Amino acid sequence: MGKLTIGCFASLVGSTNLDFAVKLSAAAMEKGHKVDLWVSGNGTMISLKDQRAFKDYSSLEKPLKELMAKGLNVTACEACAESRGYHADHTLEGVKRFSMDWYLGSTFDADRVLHIGGE
Amino acid sequence: MATTKLGFVVQRPGYKSENPKLALTHAIASQSVEIYLQDGDLVTADIAFIGDGVLNCIKGQKAVENYDLNSTESHIKMALLLDLNVLVCKEDLDRYGLSESDIVIDAPEFGADMEVKVVPYSEITQMMEEMNHLLFF
Repeated sequence: MGKLTIGCFASLVGSTNLDFAVKLSAAAMEKGHKVDLWVSGNGTMISLKDQRAFKDYSSLEKPLKELMAKGLNVTACEACAESRGYHADHTLEGVKRFSMDWYLGSTFDADRVLHIGGE
Repeated sequence: MATTKLGFVVQRPGYKSENPKLALTHAIASQSVEIYLQDGDLVTADIAFIGDGVLNCIKGQKAVENYDLNSTESHIKMALLLDLNVLVCKEDLDRYGLSESDIVIDAPEFGADMEVKVVPYSEITQMMEEMNHLLFF
């Protein structure tokens, strides 16, 4: 089994790139792979708790919680989050917050890195 | 001891989106990645500006004056100070009527020894082939 590192910089609302990243994480984990998901820039929006689900906007809190319970490793860029007013007490339980070197560290032993840039 | 080589490829112009600056800040983070690695292991970062991304390299950016933000130019200079390999595509500079005199080449005021290299696209593809992973911004 391999390790996949996904970096996603797109916002939760405004594109479906994060939806894709979460679905890909689920598919990879289903096949037994380890997945690290790094969110930076506008992508840090996914780390917010208490997302309210509407049918017209992406809401990934529920699937993210389910995947983290199965071992998905999710880390948000702390500076990117703080700059947006997403403080530690707003953060979904289980999501870690580190600086950008965490992402590079995760790529070190990754078999594949999929980087999904922002808008 | 092992090294993972990352290639950061910047294709988008500056300030319109956050991508170019995030490419640079993530590449610069290669300097502190050791805290996540075993002794002797490394993650290196090479940066290439291609397509519209070469516009990030224009010198004399006034981001501090206009937006009170660090300029992309200053991040490029910081990358040079940290001895990162920074490549700029010559053909794409030509396409915009730009030359080496229009872009950031060095950063002596930062104490940097490295210089930006303006190279043909073929050299950028060669760099990309040498990388373990590519990250497109």
